[in-house]
Amino acid sequence: MSFVPTWERQTDMGFFLETLIGGLMSGILYSLVALGFVLIYKASGVFNFAQGAMVLFSALAMARLAEWIPHWFGFQNLVLANILAFIGALMIMVVVAWLIEKLVLGRLVNQEGITLLMATLGITYFLDGFGQLLFGAEIYKIDVGMPKEPIFLLEHMFQGGILVNQEDLAATVVAAALVAGLAMFFQYTVTGRALRAVADDHQAAQSIGIPLDRIWVIVWSVAGFVALVAGVIWGSKLGVQFSLSLIALKALPVVILGGLTSVPGAIIGGLLIGVGEKLSEVFIGPMLGGGIEIWFAYVLALFFLLIRPQGLFGEKIIDRV
Amino acid sequence: MSLGARSQGEVILDVRNISLSFGGVKALTDISFDIRNQEIRSIIGPNGAGKSSMLNCINGVYTPQQGSITFRGQTFAHMNPRRVAEMGVARTFQNLALFRGMNVIENLMAGRNLKMRSNLFQQALNIGFARREEVEHRRFVEGIIDFLEIQPYRKMAVGKLPYGLQKRVDLGRALAMEPQVLLLDEPMAGMNVEEKQDMCRFILDVNDQFGTTIVLIEHDMGVVMDISDRVVVLDYGKKIGDGTPDEVRENPDVIRAYLGTSN
Amino acid sequence: MFYRENGQFKTSYAADQQIFPVMQDRLAVLGLLVLAFVAVPALAPEYLFRAILIPFLILSLAALGLNVLVGYCGQISLGTGGLMAVGAYGAYNILVRIDGVPLIVALLMGGVFAALVGVLFGIPSLRIRGLYLAVATLAAQFFCDWSFLRIKWLTNYSSSGSVSVAGLNVFGWSVDTPAEKYLLCLLLVCLFALITKNLIRGHIGREWMAIRDMDVAAAVIGIRPVYAKLSAFAVSSFIIGVAGALWGFVFLGSWEPAAFNIDRSFQLLFMIIIGGLGSVMGSFFGAAFIVVLPILLDQGAVALGFDTAIASHLTLMIFGSLIVFFLIAEPHGLARLWAVGKEKLRLWPFPH
Repeated sequence: MSFVPTWERQTDMGFFLETLIGGLMSGILYSLVALGFVLIYKASGVFNFAQGAMVLFSALAMARLAEWIPHWFGFQNLVLANILAFIGALMIMVVVAWLIEKLVLGRLVNQEGITLLMATLGITYFLDGFGQLLFGAEIYKIDVGMPKEPIFLLEHMFQGGILVNQEDLAATVVAAALVAGLAMFFQYTVTGRALRAVADDHQAAQSIGIPLDRIWVIVWSVAGFVALVAGVIWGSKLGVQFSLSLIALKALPVVILGGLTSVPGAIIGGLLIGVGEKLSEVFIGPMLGGGIEIWFAYVLALFFLLIRPQGLFGEKIIDRV
Repeated sequence: MSLGARSQGEVILDVRNISLSFGGVKALTDISFDIRNQEIRSIIGPNGAGKSSMLNCINGVYTPQQGSITFRGQTFAHMNPRRVAEMGVARTFQNLALFRGMNVIENLMAGRNLKMRSNLFQQALNIGFARREEVEHRRFVEGIIDFLEIQPYRKMAVGKLPYGLQKRVDLGRALAMEPQVLLLDEPMAGMNVEEKQDMCRFILDVNDQFGTTIVLIEHDMGVVMDISDRVVVLDYGKKIGDGTPDEVRENPDVIRAYLGTSN
Repeated sequence: MFYRENGQFKTSYAADQQIFPVMQDRLAVLGLLVLAFVAVPALAPEYLFRAILIPFLILSLAALGLNVLVGYCGQISLGTGGLMAVGAYGAYNILVRIDGVPLIVALLMGGVFAALVGVLFGIPSLRIRGLYLAVATLAAQFFCDWSFLRIKWLTNYSSSGSVSVAGLNVFGWSVDTPAEKYLLCLLLVCLFALITKNLIRGHIGREWMAIRDMDVAAAVIGIRPVYAKLSAFAVSSFIIGVAGALWGFVFLGSWEPAAFNIDRSFQLLFMIIIGGLGSVMGSFFGAAFIVVLPILLDQGAVALGFDTAIASHLTLMIFGSLIVFFLIAEPHGLARLWAVGKEKLRLWPFPH
């Protein structure tokens, strides 16, 4: 995402705030993707490298369905098309979740983390190819009526005001709602508690009668839903294209920072990475030749790994002999 | 060879006031005992008494919060596993820490690691010194294979061996280090009578032929009373008995802790 | 019946420890080497060298290096592409900045630079493992991507961002034709395969495997995890660096940093998973698989009437499925299938 500085860089403060806010906004978007990671890790101990591919796949489904459904059913109403497309994409993601559980996870139940990670890498490749095969390989638009014009805040304090992107504001609201909903889900529902039990210990959960395979389908479906929301928001901003899949790679440092098992951690981590990236690019980048965004998040994550591997909010990892 | 004679030797390992906790759980509280040269010292106690933790402290795997260990005159508050190994202490593990990706010979040769000196380049070219060293250590390891009677299994992956044989390989790997002190953590767990007899024989032979001091954790009271020179009894992380097998057998605290079982 | 170890007695430990203890294996390998060194250069068409054999050899070398780290020492790394880049650019800088440097020296120096960077990459492995280590190596990969893009000195201030090497010359032997490039790669690959096998059989190899299998027990035997892990990173990175230099110099001729990006890292990881972790032969199997499969799929798709875009989507899907398939069905890869096949052959015609 690129930010447009106000035509008068009146006060450094104003510019700084703009950069900061821009970073927070992009951070929210990272958080949305990271949420999917955390959900799956919490419930199944699997590190889902395929989350980015799921974002892309679901966004593709949404974009194309929104195009095709009006043709199939012969109407023009955009809102209806979008709603139906969303439902359709969601159903597709549930099917994908079920297939992943049946064909992959169910067969790799007691393998080590690295094996499961590589399996999700395989799923990534598969989804990338399949998505492009099924839905096409061009850039598609998603139009859910997000406001595109920027607004200017605090015009009385800073000349020209601080530029804020309305689309990002909407994304923030959506993300906040999603997080609140998920947090309540985990704390207060029976399924949510079962998910937490499964995350703690697969075999113990199984032995008290929790149906592992059904839980995993639920979790991956919820992650699919989160991926769809993230895909719609990102896709609406950037257009649905292959690079969306690479966002997974950006979300990794977010979960490291926030803690693999923490939903609030995914949010805070995303914000930190988003802000950190933008600020470092603007203020440190020119000294180093620019373009440091490609590694900043990762190097930050690296420091955390060496000092505090469980991240800000994750659970401490104990290694007993 | 009278059992009594061995426990007159000099003290080579002195454990003093060792306390160990994990988080809030106290595994060991103020444990002190000594081990004499060439004796067979058993550590017994109910499950969870802290016996393996004690061994882990001697070994350097755990660092006790308090206390020290004196080995051959040198006192340490912190040990690290490598230094302990260099000083001549080897051990086996309760849960068999064999290297499953390797076969029997490779596992035993791994035990020779401290004594192998060739550097990366020599090994890469496999000439001269590296080659000779490999053969020489192979010869030594074959001696251990003969001693433990596992010749037919030398090229098998250790994961494929039956449990009793795996335990022998674990012992063999420790023996490959030519240790002065051998820490054995339940070497006979899960074995049938015959296997136990074999293992006893091996342990006694090691002690006899090589003069190795043995520290043994074992649950089978018959074995413990038969082969040990002296016994330490732990319960809930505290020492409740220390002396010869007969002394310990009559100790009311020990009897109470165990409700008196012996095979 | 034809393939058995019966009757082949070894009278010395050295003989027992050789790389190919079974005579039939030795003959087969000899035959293969004769084929590779003599028959192929004489008979193979140019396309075979350029499209299959040369990339296969160079990527096998890189896979071999990665296998040392991941398969034998159990440390995950997703920074392989970055290390190949260090090797390629390192060798390039040596060649361009120092007059009269022999090509082989430049290539080996590329390996040395890669080894040094690799040890840096490996320092996190002393504190973290598994997927966290994977993330750390990704940091290194992206940092390398950025360095070769933005630090102009490294590309000798090339205006286009890409560098090129022309006219390879090995101690007077001018390496021009595809057959000659193939032979150069073949020589280096055989050499490194032998060296790697020797290291694996030696005590450093056992140290690596001990760390992989159970690092606590390894420490108790007196193995130093720091030395074992960092030496694995060093050796592995050296090999990968040389492979990277070969990739740039011999296969590509001219390259940009994108040639060594994260896709390359994934590709190599897939090679060793499919080929077989912890197996020298597995590295070759995996490389052959990954090099040949897309070509087969392309040809197949064209034959079936699909266009190339569809073929590339199908390739992705089939790759992904194969990764998952191997992880479920045969986590030890093609090398295990090969070993099982040989076992059956030993017993043939008896069933067991």
